[in-house]
Amino acid sequence: MAEWIDACAADDIEQEDVIRFDHGERTFAIYRSPEDAYYCTDGLCTHEQVHLADGLVLDHIIECPKHNGQFDYRDGSARRAPVCENLATYPTRVEGGRVYVCI
Amino acid sequence: MTTRDYNLLGQDGRRAVEAGLAAAEWYHTDIPRKEMKALMKRDDGPAIRDTIILFGAMIAFAVAGVALWPAWWSAPFWLAYGVLYGSAMDSRWHECGHGTAFRTPWMNTLVYHIASFCMIRNPVTWRWSHARHHTDTLIVGRDPEIVAMRPPALFRIILNFFGLIDATQGWWRMLVNAAGRLDPEEATFIPDSEKPKVVAVARVWAAIYGATVTVAVATQSVLPLMIIGLPRLYGAWHHVMTGLLQHGGLAENVLDHRLNSRTVYMNPVSRFIYWNMNYHVEHHMFPMVPYHRLPELHERIKHDLPAPNRSIIEAYAEMLPVLWKQLRYHDAFLERELPGTARPYREDLHVQALGTPAE
Repeated sequence: MAEWIDACAADDIEQEDVIRFDHGERTFAIYRSPEDAYYCTDGLCTHEQVHLADGLVLDHIIECPKHNGQFDYRDGSARRAPVCENLATYPTRVEGGRVYVCI
Repeated sequence: MTTRDYNLLGQDGRRAVEAGLAAAEWYHTDIPRKEMKALMKRDDGPAIRDTIILFGAMIAFAVAGVALWPAWWSAPFWLAYGVLYGSAMDSRWHECGHGTAFRTPWMNTLVYHIASFCMIRNPVTWRWSHARHHTDTLIVGRDPEIVAMRPPALFRIILNFFGLIDATQGWWRMLVNAAGRLDPEEATFIPDSEKPKVVAVARVWAAIYGATVTVAVATQSVLPLMIIGLPRLYGAWHHVMTGLLQHGGLAENVLDHRLNSRTVYMNPVSRFIYWNMNYHVEHHMFPMVPYHRLPELHERIKHDLPAPNRSIIEAYAEMLPVLWKQLRYHDAFLERELPGTARPYREDLHVQALGTPAE
């Protein structure tokens, strides 16, 4: 059952950037958009299991560092080959300067 | 001496998967995230400037070639046009395929499709082929883009300086794809959902070539083919010359790009044609960095890399004796020395594959 997890401080992520968040045996990517909204997706690219947190955030796109495949991190949709499979996304909320993710 | 099977459906590919060499984690030089973000930053400016120069020069050379045809005075203009068509388009195909040349996606896509046509590389097929090349660089039986296999097919490589093998295969595959079929090796790395796109592009290309040949026959002139198609042959030499240096003579089946890729300092003209891919270790280690930031990346990490070759000639002087040796000893390769400031090679990751260096 999903639960809200305290993932990081809101200031840990720069605007238009991403960080890696590991919880248990799972890995996630948490994004801060140019508009200061926070998003969370699975941490590994659906193409070759590379950590997306090493990639580049361009507006609302996360680009995988290995093959430059792209996802829209707001809804996880695959936007550019070689990725074809969408990324799972998770709800987030910010309270008291902390980012919580529901995973 | 080990016999290698480079076929993607062969036994070496299966062995690589079993040995953990496929889709493995590779060595990276440490760079703080903030610096890496700055290096990865996209910008339309440099690529727009270079693309205007490239297409402007192509139009000017082609117009001069046509105007002076059939006099021998037209030859230098055709040779210049050919290098831009048959070689500069290789690097544009490459960079725009990565999506790093321009910040604006449609610009990458447009130039990628034009360059793919010039190089006769199906843009869908080759996107997947190149993704595999980056996942499994120089892993035997996994990487579909190994140019100098062991033993090196030197005659084939020489023919390819004139595009004779690659272009012929490109045209043949275009016809096969246009007929609705895929090569069995291609099918190993192209997802099913993408296969109809391969066929659709091949049909458009076949129509363009058909129209070009029709005009050539109707006008009883080879000129239309001098502009479309033939420059892939008479202008291929530069991209083969530089491409061979990327990995030629270096280690196979390793997980460190410092062992299997080569950085070479080149003259400004070659760097324009090649779009800075002479910084090849850097490109493979960090494929998100755009071509115009690679010199900066090189300065940042060169303490951790083997010393670059100082010229194309010096790089060939290093590589050719190794290729020659590989004709007899397939296991021979060149292990390039790291500077004292570098982190050592993790040879424990791939000690069995490494074997004994040629030098």
